[in-house]
Amino acid sequence: MDFNQSLYRQRRWSNAVGLTLSMGSMALGLTVLLWILFVLFSNGFAALDWNMFTQSTPAPGTEGGGLANAIVGSLLMVGFSVLVSTPIGIFAGVYLAEYGDQSKTAEVTRFVTDIMLSAPSIVLGLFVYAIAVATMGTFSGWAGTLALSLIAVPVVVRTTENMLRLVPGSLREAAFALGAPRWKVATMVTLRAAKSGVMTGLLLAVARISGETAPLLFTALNNQFFSTDMSKPMANLPVVIFQFAMSPYDNWIRLAWGGALLITLSVLLLNIVARVFLREKTPG
Amino acid sequence: MTETAASAKNALELRNLNFYYGKFQGLKGVNMNIEERKVTAFIGPSGCGKSTLLRTLNRMYSLYPGQRAEGEINFYGQNILDDKQDINLLRARIGMVFQKPTPFPMSIYDNIAFGVKLYENLSKSEMDDRVEWALSKAALWNEVKDKLNQSGLSLSGGQQQRLCIARSVAVKPSVLLLDEPTSALDPISTGKVEELVHELKQDYTIAIVTHNMQQAARCSDYTAYMYLGELIEFGSTEQIFFKPTKTETEDYITGRFG
Repeated sequence: MDFNQSLYRQRRWSNAVGLTLSMGSMALGLTVLLWILFVLFSNGFAALDWNMFTQSTPAPGTEGGGLANAIVGSLLMVGFSVLVSTPIGIFAGVYLAEYGDQSKTAEVTRFVTDIMLSAPSIVLGLFVYAIAVATMGTFSGWAGTLALSLIAVPVVVRTTENMLRLVPGSLREAAFALGAPRWKVATMVTLRAAKSGVMTGLLLAVARISGETAPLLFTALNNQFFSTDMSKPMANLPVVIFQFAMSPYDNWIRLAWGGALLITLSVLLLNIVARVFLREKTPG
Repeated sequence: MTETAASAKNALELRNLNFYYGKFQGLKGVNMNIEERKVTAFIGPSGCGKSTLLRTLNRMYSLYPGQRAEGEINFYGQNILDDKQDINLLRARIGMVFQKPTPFPMSIYDNIAFGVKLYENLSKSEMDDRVEWALSKAALWNEVKDKLNQSGLSLSGGQQQRLCIARSVAVKPSVLLLDEPTSALDPISTGKVEELVHELKQDYTIAIVTHNMQQAARCSDYTAYMYLGELIEFGSTEQIFFKPTKTETEDYITGRFG
């Protein structure tokens, strides 16, 4: 064998360059992430106290206060959005994977879903403002729920479809071979086989909508008081953070940090739970 | 080939069967009879159309747009290629077991009960009996009777395949199609499945596709040799293996096929 020294050195050199570049990018990304988390955690944990969960947002110029109304408002709107978007998203996903396949309707649905997935959330907020808030004459929790659902549905549709497509065709054929009608195959066999993946999709959708600010600004707005009336403006964590962080009051800024920490922790928790679900391979 | 009712009754009669994957013709003018309560084996090199043929018999191909069959397949006198044929009902009467074990993501018990529930309304105790019966038929009962509530996926590969056979048997079909049922199994499990085939032909008509010539010789009554979508030779297994009339058949069986 003729060993080519210069070719060898060239390869070693390009390897070193490539490795340095990718390590550098990783270090940069990781530094920024850790920096964000460090600032958030140090400010957030300093702000965390029991009052945050028991008292409502304070009026301008008053001391103390908490985020109880915003926490409850966020839970209500996110909760209702999940109730709305889960069935719609799963049904649509099942249609795309099990029924529509290559049909025109399915193609169009997939295309629209993809657009909805990448649409700026502020546009969805404006849309709901125009069709719900402007016509009903008031900001409301329902409008917020609608805006959040519009964001969640495409996420659920896409993950459901993708997870169902991962189910091997042989499993479907085996069920058909017993004489099962299509809906039975979809609900009893494929959806069951894809259960953990579909659950993961739901959790990721919840994680996605629990941090959304823009669509709520135009729809649920905010409410200084504790309220569970979905037809009235409703407090929620993202908008409270948005407003309080830019305020001149120290206690407001402190609450904004606390709220940011709460959202981050819950999104982190949802992501971890989603991963656990996906890893769990033995369905009942 | 008119049937003589007493001696040999045909479960399936294929008349000039052509099959197309889009433009590609997968089966070319196949004519043959599959006799009741006998094992008919299909052999031939990969891509010769033997699996395709099996998949026309329960109209599995109908799941895929672009695949179509022409000709006639008479199932006890009724042409199942007819548009009026209820496909789900047909598949309940002509069961199929696939190459890879495909247990459903549910308990062993529910795996068996799934197909039964589709067409029969049984009480709990009747269903228990049916599950036990089917699992015993598939020689699996003794291995799983204490863990019927465990997931079907927890079984070994060989057990899973026998579970799939039990699942098909439980529906009480009249024909059982086996598409290379042992190709993913070890020799011991293969032996068990072959014994099972022998056992099952008392009650069922069986069509089996296999790559394993010894398997065809061991467990079938009739053998069909296929090549490039055509049925080259069809006859009793003894005749095909010991006195093939066509040289192609002989070449394939003796391993001289090139």
